Amino acid sequence: MRCLLVEEEVHQFSNLVKALSGEDVSKCYQCGKCSAGCPIASEMEILPNRIIRLIQINSKDTVLSSSTIWLCASCETCFTRCPEEIDLVRVMDVLRRLSLEEGYRCPEEGILRFNRFFLASVKNYGRVHELGLMMKYNLASRQPFKDLGQGIALFRRGKIPLRPQRIKGMDQIKGIFAKSKPFLEREASGGGGR
Amino acid sequence: MRYGYFPGCALHSTAKEFDLSIRLSCPHLDLELVEVPDWSCCGASPGHMISEELALALSVRNLYQAERHDLTTVIAPCAACYSRLKSANKEVREDARLMSRINRVVGEEFTGKVEVRHLIEVLYKDVGLSRIESSVTKPLKGMKFACYYGCLLTRPPKVADFDDVENPIIMDRIVEALGAEPVSWSHKTECCGASFAISRPEIVVRLVDEILKAAQFAAADSIVVACPLCHVNLDMRQSQARNKYGRNYNIPILYISQVIGLAQGEAYKALGLDKHLVSPKDLLKKGLASF
Amino acid sequence: MARVGVFVCWCGSNIAGTVDIETVLEAARRIAEVVHVEDNKYTCSESGQQSIKKAIKEHDLDRVVVASCSPLMHEVTFRRCIESAGLNPYLLEMANLREHCSWVHRNRGEATDKAIKLIGMAVAKVRRLEPLIPIRMPVEKRALVLGGGIAGIQAALDISKAGYLVTLVERLPTIGGHMAQLDKTFPTLDCSACILTPKMGEVLHDENIELLTYSEVEEVRGWVGNFEVQIRKKARSVDMVKCTGCGECIEKCPLKLPSEWDLGLGLRKAIYRPFPQAVPGVPVIDREQCFVFTKGKEKCRACERACPADAIDFEQEDEVIKRRFGAIVVATGFSLFDEKAYGEYGGGQYKDVISALQFERMVNAAGPTGGHIIKPSNGREPRNVVFVQCVGSRDRAKGIPYCSKICCMYTAKQALLLKEHLPESQAYIFCIDIRAGGKNYEEFVNRVQSEYGAIYIRGRVSRIYERGDKLIVKGTDTLAGIPVEVEADLVVLATAIASQSDSPQLARILRIPYDEHGFFSEAHPKLRPVESVTRGIFLAGACQSPKDIPDSVATAGAAAVRVCELFASDELALEPAIALVDAERCSGCLNCLEVCPFEAIREERVDSRRVASVSESICQGCGTCAAVCRSEAITMKGFTSPQLYSQIAAPFEEILKELEVEMPSC
Repeated sequence: MRCLLVEEEVHQFSNLVKALSGEDVSKCYQCGKCSAGCPIASEMEILPNRIIRLIQINSKDTVLSSSTIWLCASCETCFTRCPEEIDLVRVMDVLRRLSLEEGYRCPEEGILRFNRFFLASVKNYGRVHELGLMMKYNLASRQPFKDLGQGIALFRRGKIPLRPQRIKGMDQIKGIFAKSKPFLEREASGGGGR
Repeated sequence: MRYGYFPGCALHSTAKEFDLSIRLSCPHLDLELVEVPDWSCCGASPGHMISEELALALSVRNLYQAERHDLTTVIAPCAACYSRLKSANKEVREDARLMSRINRVVGEEFTGKVEVRHLIEVLYKDVGLSRIESSVTKPLKGMKFACYYGCLLTRPPKVADFDDVENPIIMDRIVEALGAEPVSWSHKTECCGASFAISRPEIVVRLVDEILKAAQFAAADSIVVACPLCHVNLDMRQSQARNKYGRNYNIPILYISQVIGLAQGEAYKALGLDKHLVSPKDLLKKGLASF
Repeated sequence: MARVGVFVCWCGSNIAGTVDIETVLEAARRIAEVVHVEDNKYTCSESGQQSIKKAIKEHDLDRVVVASCSPLMHEVTFRRCIESAGLNPYLLEMANLREHCSWVHRNRGEATDKAIKLIGMAVAKVRRLEPLIPIRMPVEKRALVLGGGIAGIQAALDISKAGYLVTLVERLPTIGGHMAQLDKTFPTLDCSACILTPKMGEVLHDENIELLTYSEVEEVRGWVGNFEVQIRKKARSVDMVKCTGCGECIEKCPLKLPSEWDLGLGLRKAIYRPFPQAVPGVPVIDREQCFVFTKGKEKCRACERACPADAIDFEQEDEVIKRRFGAIVVATGFSLFDEKAYGEYGGGQYKDVISALQFERMVNAAGPTGGHIIKPSNGREPRNVVFVQCVGSRDRAKGIPYCSKICCMYTAKQALLLKEHLPESQAYIFCIDIRAGGKNYEEFVNRVQSEYGAIYIRGRVSRIYERGDKLIVKGTDTLAGIPVEVEADLVVLATAIASQSDSPQLARILRIPYDEHGFFSEAHPKLRPVESVTRGIFLAGACQSPKDIPDSVATAGAAAVRVCELFASDELALEPAIALVDAERCSGCLNCLEVCPFEAIREERVDSRRVASVSESICQGCGTCAAVCRSEAITMKGFTSPQLYSQIAAPFEEILKELEVEMPSC
């Protein structure tokens, strides 16, 4: 059994999430509609409503090491239907960044790797070079022939340019990557709207 | 009507035919598209997953590029680009402090004088159904389309506010104007798992199977999409869904602009219809004798 | 010189916890003309009141300040208290040390300082108060009951039994309300009609009750004891005296229309009774549909030919009835939240997704399917039936943050009825929390699970869609922590209890407040739950908040007692703290007449001069007229300018003295 009320104040984690996302998870009364509509729910070990619950009871480690936060597809179904209008997508974004920032192991390595390679491509060219991204990803995942059939089929239809396009304003893109910080502090918004 | 055009990365590669068909069909509707000069990636999902500031700045850079070239309205045909650009625009416009902070990161002075809109919104609201109808030379009689909107064309309603969030209808009206029959079906706005196309394809295959199953149930000949990510998943993962879940799918996935182009009499190849993995050839033979 | 007594209340720890009572007492003793100061743990208690009375006598007090809570809470209490000790009750002033001080401050020193100032202000005012004599008015001993549902019926019968006259006004052609639409009632499974229809008949035959159905209130003037009400009795197109209720006309009418009573599941004619046991049993012609009114006078007239009593009257006109009433009971009930707002549940498009009230009609033996539960799409019996609770309720995003209170129970009841009607069926109930507070309610829900096999799934449904003739219900079992999908044949939505859509309009006519959701506001949530803040207007049933049948009946009875209490005396004492116009100073601009929210001011001629005059029985003493009067001709009794100015100036007395400014007065 885990005791909730240890030395830390029980609102510590929810306050942090509120400060970084502007979303007040204490409004959640656990109706479960987010999980009910989540397209990825069947792949999740911890359902979205439970992520919110865990934030409410200060279970930071469980949340930040969960695969759920990485499996969220940002499809916005939960936010659209949430009776309390909690922007769960924004909360998930903040949880992902917190998880990285605080050095939690990401249980969905592939998703994280893809995201990193994607952004690396943007950083290098200003745009995404899909072929390069896929090759890099497959090599790093040690499955070089994954989706090969599909890849060849796309290639044969002239849909995958071999060379990346590089934009002119690369200095600006580099600057953006250099200057961007992961978090924006926010004031809690009543309706939680974007 | 002159609009800024933000094709986005996919339309230069896996969704080339979306780009081709837009450029071909829009002039029939007096839509002049000016590509946003030197546009860059909007950051997509990886951007906001890793850094909020980065996501906003990458979008704002593009909005600034449009603003600087007097493009007051930017059309983004990709639902993800549309969502990123539009929500970034909304956020910085509503918060002056955020605007100046992001402008510092970008190194430009964006002032917020740009509107971001999706292609189908412009087609429906600015061009109008009657004009679309009058551009038709080969009505798509007898074709049954399932219009698929995916997640980000209507969600969240505070950002994407041009159609009903749970039962969007704009694309259905457009294909109707082309002489085709839009089917009523259940999975118009279900997510295809877009961002996991490469990293967790088995999730995508499961979701694609659900969507294809629903379209098949509604007896649709084809699914019409308005997003390159939806397209690549539904088209490319169809054979895998077939193998894994044992249903016999052969449902061509068409871009809305290709469907419009077809009705306007544009050629099969010119619209990039030969580029799909699930070939629409047989379907079009059924519908359009001339193909 | 006045002799003021100051009584400082601890209110347990409510005031004493934040305000230092000793310091306050000391300061109060130093105020001029204060001759007695004392404290009490609970001044409102019997012993507290006794000590006030004792002090009045012992110290020969002629004015009293009670420093305790809000006057809203206990002004009446303390007025009665000093009156019984021989003082005029209006020589009381309250200093609000609780709501205005201890409850809103944390710093003890500052709160104490403020408490002293509040008492100083109260003393300053009380010194200038003058005795007021309540206005006495005769009471019209006839009650108006608005709404003929179970609450209105109960209130009307109760008032009548006490020997007073009642006019019951119902907007629909029949009384009975929602209860008449129901099949069985939880948790006893009494047949709704069996317990309701006798009461409906009783109303019809009660000599004290005038029943006006198909009628609506258009205008209400006057005040408690003397309301003047205008009621429009809509043309029924059937002579109520001649009609025998045989129903021949209904048989012959060729027009079939969707029945509102059956929520579209059944049909009615253009001349119709909402249901066979309607009271009165006289049918009504729907003039928006009947051929005679839509196509021309010479058309159809089948009902007229069929009527053996010659009761059909196409020429009948609306009748405007004016009556005086001493009191009004509002029992206008509720409406149901429209599930169209839930696009994710099909937005009202799926035939086999029905509302709970539709289910109720279906399971009712007198309903459109004769008590058979079917899929409306194909008429077949359903096997898997999903009940979705909280459709609208507890959904801030859809506009209703509150719990509708009765859905958990009626859903459990419907699941039970389903099993009784279709033993092969299976009920799945998606709920968030099961709220079964009430006598035998929890036990009932348990029975529905253990004996009738209903499966409760804790989690709100996110999506419902059609797949062929099945409905896929996507939810989650939050207890098991897994997503679930049910393939259902029929889905029943427990739609929220909402206020009547036109309740704000009625509230304006009645001049009673309503809350943000359109429910009428009670005067006090605990101690005056069936009174509106407007004297003489009472609330019964679900027009005040969602209620089940027992609660509706209980509040109706309570409201009836309040009416009888008013009627028990021949005269009514009205609040004398009202506006008074000085005709000499009045310039006759009549700005006051424009702004008066109660229409209490009328134009009068004094020596051929136009002046304003206040009707004592109507004025509520709100003071709006005094605020707009440019010639300061209007005085508010109990709140005169000198009284208020000295009260305002009191805390600044020393500063004003230092600055050598004279104390303001009028």
